[in-house]
Amino acid sequence: MPSTIRVRAQAGDTVTEVQALIQHPMDSGFVKDSNGVLIPPHHIETVTFEHNGKIILTADWGPAVSKDPYIKFSFKGGAKGDALTVTWVDNLGKTDMLEAKLA
Amino acid sequence: MSHRRTVRWLVVLAVCLFGGAASPPDSSTPAADQKAFQDYFRSRFPGVPFADFANGPYAVDAAMRKQWEEIMQFPPYDFALDEGKTAFAVKFANGKSYADCFANGGIGVRQNYPYFDTKTGDVVTLDLAINRCREANGEKPLKYGTGMMASLTAYMAETSRGKSFDIKIPDDPRAREAYEAGKQFFYTRRGQLNFSCASCHVTAAGQRMRGDILAPAIGILAAFPIYRSDWGSMGTIDRRFTTCSAQMRSVPLPPQDVAYRNLEYFLSYMGNGVPISGPGTRP
Repeated sequence: MPSTIRVRAQAGDTVTEVQALIQHPMDSGFVKDSNGVLIPPHHIETVTFEHNGKIILTADWGPAVSKDPYIKFSFKGGAKGDALTVTWVDNLGKTDMLEAKLA
Repeated sequence: MSHRRTVRWLVVLAVCLFGGAASPPDSSTPAADQKAFQDYFRSRFPGVPFADFANGPYAVDAAMRKQWEEIMQFPPYDFALDEGKTAFAVKFANGKSYADCFANGGIGVRQNYPYFDTKTGDVVTLDLAINRCREANGEKPLKYGTGMMASLTAYMAETSRGKSFDIKIPDDPRAREAYEAGKQFFYTRRGQLNFSCASCHVTAAGQRMRGDILAPAIGILAAFPIYRSDWGSMGTIDRRFTTCSAQMRSVPLPPQDVAYRNLEYFLSYMGNGVPISGPGTRP
C-alpha cells in the first residue's frame, strides 16, 4: 500500500521549509452518515517531524483538523540530504511513518 | 391607398414572409455556435490566453490564482491520482484490463470524450466508457461521481494534459439532436432560482456569487475530475452537474442521465481547442 504521507522539504541558506500532506479521514465523531448513524471519531492525535533523529516539531491534533491535513513549517538549519522522518499516530492507535531526504 | 399600391405592399410583405424563410432564424450550425461562444469569451476576457481557460476561475481572478499556485505545490488530488494509476493497471477477472477498452491503451485520450457513438446512437462520456468497459468484461460498474470513478478519470486526464479538446459531431442527425438537446439544456432556466447554466457561466462569468468566482463556461470541463475543497474530496463532472442543479434549486438528474451527457457533449464541443488540465483543484 502506498504511503499515506507526502513530504517535500527544501533546505535553504538558513532555514529549511517543510510541507507535508497526510491522507486521513479525520472523522470528528460528530458527523452522521447517510443512514443517520454517528461516524465514530477517527483522527490523528500526534504528528512528529524528526530531523536527523531529533524531534523538531510535534503537533497535537484533534477532531477539528480537516480531512487529508496539510502542514507547512520551517526550521533553522538543515542541509541537502539530511534525513527527515514524519510519523503520525491516530486515536485508534494506527500509525504511519515516512522517511525522506531534504532536497 | 390606391389599389395598385396595396398590391405592391402585399408583394413586399410576401417577399418578407416567404423570401425570408429561406434562412430560418435557427440556422446556426454547431461550428457557428462554437465560434460565437469562443469569440464571446475572448472579447470578454481579452487578457486571458485561450489555453488558460482550462484553469477555470484562476484564469480570470489574480487573487484566486495566487492561492491556487500555492495549493498546486502540493496538489490535494495526488492521492486520488495514485489510486487511479494503480487501479488502471489492475487486470479484470478475465485477464483483460482498462487499456484493452480504449484507443492507445487509454493513455492520452481524455480530450476525445465525450464522443457520439453512431452504433448505439448516444453520447459516450469517459465515465460511461469506463463502466461499459467493466460490464463488457464481467465486472460490476463503478458508482458515478466520486471515489474510484474520480480516481480513474483523474489518471486518464493526467495522461492527456496539454492535449486540446477535440470533440466531433459526426454527420448523423442523432448526433446533431444530442448536441441541440445539450445546447437547450445549457440555456434553459430551471429551478426555484430560475437560473440556466448560462446565467452564471456565460453572462456572469468571472463575477462573484457570494464568495466564489464563477468560472467561464469555455473549457470549464477541461480540469475534471476535481478536488473541490468545499467537498473535501474528488468529484467527477456528474458530481459537479448534480451539485449545480441542486444549487439552483432544481431536482438533480441521475448521474450519466442522457440530458447530462448531452450537456457534456455540447459544453465540451464549445471548449474545443482548450487543453486538458485535469485533474484539477477548485475552492
